[in-house]
Amino acid sequence: MNMLNLLIIVPVITMIVINLSKDYKSARIIAAIGMGSQLLLSAFLVFSYLNAREAGETAAMLFTSDHVWYESFNIHYAVGVDGISVSLILLTSIIAFAGVFASWEIQNQAKEFYTTLIVLATGVFGFFISLDLFTMFLYYELAVIPMYLLIGIWGSGKKEYSAMKLTLILMGASALLLVGIIGIYFNSAPDGGQLTFNFTEIAKHDIPLAAQMFFFPLTFIGFGALGALFPLHTWSPDGHASAPTAVSMLHAGVLMKLGGYGALRIAVYLMPQAAQEMAWFFIILATIGAVYGAFSALVQKDLKYINAYSSVSHLGLILFAILMFNGIAFTGAVLQMISHGFITALFFALIGMIYSRTKTRDIYQMGGLMKVMPVLGVSYMIAGFASLGLPGFSAFVAEMTIFVGAFQNSDLFTRVSTVLVISSIVITAVYILRAAGIMLFGPIKNKEFLSLGDAHWFEKVSIFLLIIAITAIGFFPSWLSNMISESVGLLVERFVVR
Amino acid sequence: MTNILLMRQEILLISSILILLIATIFRAQGAKKGIDSLAIVLFAIVTVAGFLPSETGNLFGGMYQLNETTLLMKNILNVGVLIIMLQSSAWLNTDDHKKNSTEFIIILLSTLVGMDYMISAGDFLMLFIGIELATIPTALLAAYEVKKVKSVEAGIKFVLLGALSTGISLMGVSIIYASNGSIYFSQISEMMSITNLNVLGMLFFFSGLAFKISLVPFHMWTADVYEGAPIPVASYLSVISKGAAVFVLVMILYKVFPVLQETWTMAVYILAILTMTIGNLFALRQKNIKRFLAFSSIAQAGFILLGIIAGSAMGMATVIYFVLVYIFSNLGAFGVAGAIYNASGKEEISEYNGLYKSNPKLALLMMLSLFSLAGIPPLAGFFGKFFLFTSAASQGYYWLVIIAVLNTIISLYYYLIVVKAIFITPNENAIPYFKSDNMMKIGLSLAAVGIILIGFLGGIYDWVYALSWGV
Repeated sequence: MNMLNLLIIVPVITMIVINLSKDYKSARIIAAIGMGSQLLLSAFLVFSYLNAREAGETAAMLFTSDHVWYESFNIHYAVGVDGISVSLILLTSIIAFAGVFASWEIQNQAKEFYTTLIVLATGVFGFFISLDLFTMFLYYELAVIPMYLLIGIWGSGKKEYSAMKLTLILMGASALLLVGIIGIYFNSAPDGGQLTFNFTEIAKHDIPLAAQMFFFPLTFIGFGALGALFPLHTWSPDGHASAPTAVSMLHAGVLMKLGGYGALRIAVYLMPQAAQEMAWFFIILATIGAVYGAFSALVQKDLKYINAYSSVSHLGLILFAILMFNGIAFTGAVLQMISHGFITALFFALIGMIYSRTKTRDIYQMGGLMKVMPVLGVSYMIAGFASLGLPGFSAFVAEMTIFVGAFQNSDLFTRVSTVLVISSIVITAVYILRAAGIMLFGPIKNKEFLSLGDAHWFEKVSIFLLIIAITAIGFFPSWLSNMISESVGLLVERFVVR
Repeated sequence: MTNILLMRQEILLISSILILLIATIFRAQGAKKGIDSLAIVLFAIVTVAGFLPSETGNLFGGMYQLNETTLLMKNILNVGVLIIMLQSSAWLNTDDHKKNSTEFIIILLSTLVGMDYMISAGDFLMLFIGIELATIPTALLAAYEVKKVKSVEAGIKFVLLGALSTGISLMGVSIIYASNGSIYFSQISEMMSITNLNVLGMLFFFSGLAFKISLVPFHMWTADVYEGAPIPVASYLSVISKGAAVFVLVMILYKVFPVLQETWTMAVYILAILTMTIGNLFALRQKNIKRFLAFSSIAQAGFILLGIIAGSAMGMATVIYFVLVYIFSNLGAFGVAGAIYNASGKEEISEYNGLYKSNPKLALLMMLSLFSLAGIPPLAGFFGKFFLFTSAASQGYYWLVIIAVLNTIISLYYYLIVVKAIFITPNENAIPYFKSDNMMKIGLSLAAVGIILIGFLGGIYDWVYALSWGV
């Protein structure tokens, strides 16, 4: 039995058992056990991966297995992982586990909630292990569509509008992606061999340039929309604001990374020439996204909107790094995916916890919360410091790597956009500290808040797990960045230095 | 040496019809149950028999042809009809319909005989007789609820417009005969050349089939007839009647008119865009579930054309595969609508609000069916659509594929509206919990199993592909 298939089988079994359970209490325990074993499995996967590399395995993809699925289309169920996907799988399993604890008190249709949430997680795991574009696309859509039900049923505010907007924009983008994938398939064997969906095979040939120029933008926009590519990011603030806590965590923490991963692994890696030709256009969009997201976060009053726009800004950074076409920037992009995943999940978890107590997310109605809920308050400050890139936290490592990578390109255009992107970090500091200052410090504005309690044990599990991950990467980044850069090295070979 | 057993499928069907007729005579006056359980048993035997290996060959000098492809097509239709019969059993046993249930089943099976002859036709005469046998009794089915004005209206609309389209189609056949001097497919395809007369004949003939598939602009009857006709008939029209016409269209275009490929490719290209877009845009505003599914089925027909346009074995395989997938998905949706109508008489989408709270299983099946129609993985519809798009792309029609995928997004919107009604919109007066009869349960479960499993079994497509051929 291939270890990677277990990553799919465990969630599926969990879903079945959840639906056999009696009430919400047993459902959440089963969900926690299922996602806990998934977490152990991912940790084991990381260790086995590192051991295998230690032992001198040099193949690009490890733990591969391959089954023919549709013979006439040459569609395979092919799985395998490299350093990039292993680290993202670990990210996913940690956030999914934390997400179960963050939604511990859901009682309304709890079974359905956990089932749908785990469908989403399954889609994400499947996406990261797939080597076959068809399977990958299947998992991609499987991860997106549960969002509609999760936001629509368990969300808050204008949830029906947000759910529909999110689903239509993301599925619309994935429709373009589908054309891109079919186009890659029909150009996968330019020298007359057998057509294939397997991207490790496709990467061995060069897709004709004319085809690349047509299919690269489709693929990049398709993935980019999920990675909050400006101007297709508008689903993100509304969607996150309406989504329940665990869904925001998983969505901002993991699902949006599918966009970055896909843009790197499929769009840029398989169509390098077109990517370099068209990079200027998407660099402009990514820069606008990073700066515009930061400025938007600056004026928001709703905590979730602040964090959603902050995500747009940070994801703009990821897309920017992907378009720098060198190993350091790619490594930085993946590091940023992981770092932002943890930080934003922590933010959304804390916001959800604060909201469940204060019943408001408007920062101007809060104040002095540090006195009544010190654990949540301190954790919010930690998340804030991590997010604005203080050394000792993961974001510092990631953003530093991205900027070092970006400065490798010495042309004026890249320099200017790099400086602009860096300026977004400064704005990050402003909006994070502004929100934290108004909300946590100063006098208590609302007397009713005095009676509010601090974090429960299950909330602490969720918070501490994420804080540990953030600081661990901050203090010991080397094992992670080595693992990533090793695999990134193989991607970079396809690019000519400008 | 001709072997009459090549017509095994049709002979079995006709014998079943005769047995049912005789059984009706001996049925006690005022019997509690209708004749439908016997019919289902008989038809199940016919369906299973269809999968037994069979000789292939021609009968009557090539008028009737049986090969593995046509056998497969007939089997697919049989499975669909079996599900419809299971789903309509409860409806047939209501007091209003019990007395005439034999008529219903006999007419239904007769149209199926017509479709089988259509599919197996080797010349235009046989094809035309098949089409007529499949069309005229269908009008009777649509008008089956004679006490309802809408049902009668549906029947009359169908028969009038059907007659018109058949007339045009026959005109096309005459022109082709006049120009080529033969009605046999094999001879026509050899003699065919690119002349204006041939093109005209082909387009006329095409429009007759387009009526049955309800391609835009031949779709005007669809929504009204679906709305007026009883739900089992609407589902029959939307999957079986349409599926048979699609099979015939793809075979005729590939077999008889390969010379005119350039012309029909253009026609199919334009009709595909029109059908997808108009079907989808009209579906957006429907309030009645039957009208809604009618426009959705028009849009789906537009997607099917993306497979036909490829003109290759892949094209035919994806079309057959999609029809198979579509039968299960659409019968899931129609089955749930029928079960709800039987229990409560409701068929407005707004009346489905809060259905999940009261009838979770039906609600789930409705969601699965709609997601499958929308092409959401890992349900069967995803695979069907992906392959259709792939087959259009294989000939380089990327812009057509882009228009099609944008259309899937419009369709996703309206499918989600129904899902929203069922799962999200709160409703104090949701349709109360009810139990369906066993036949309905089997019918719905078959549809659900098909929707969930077909995609995972890659062998099904490969099997279809092995039996397909191109221009």
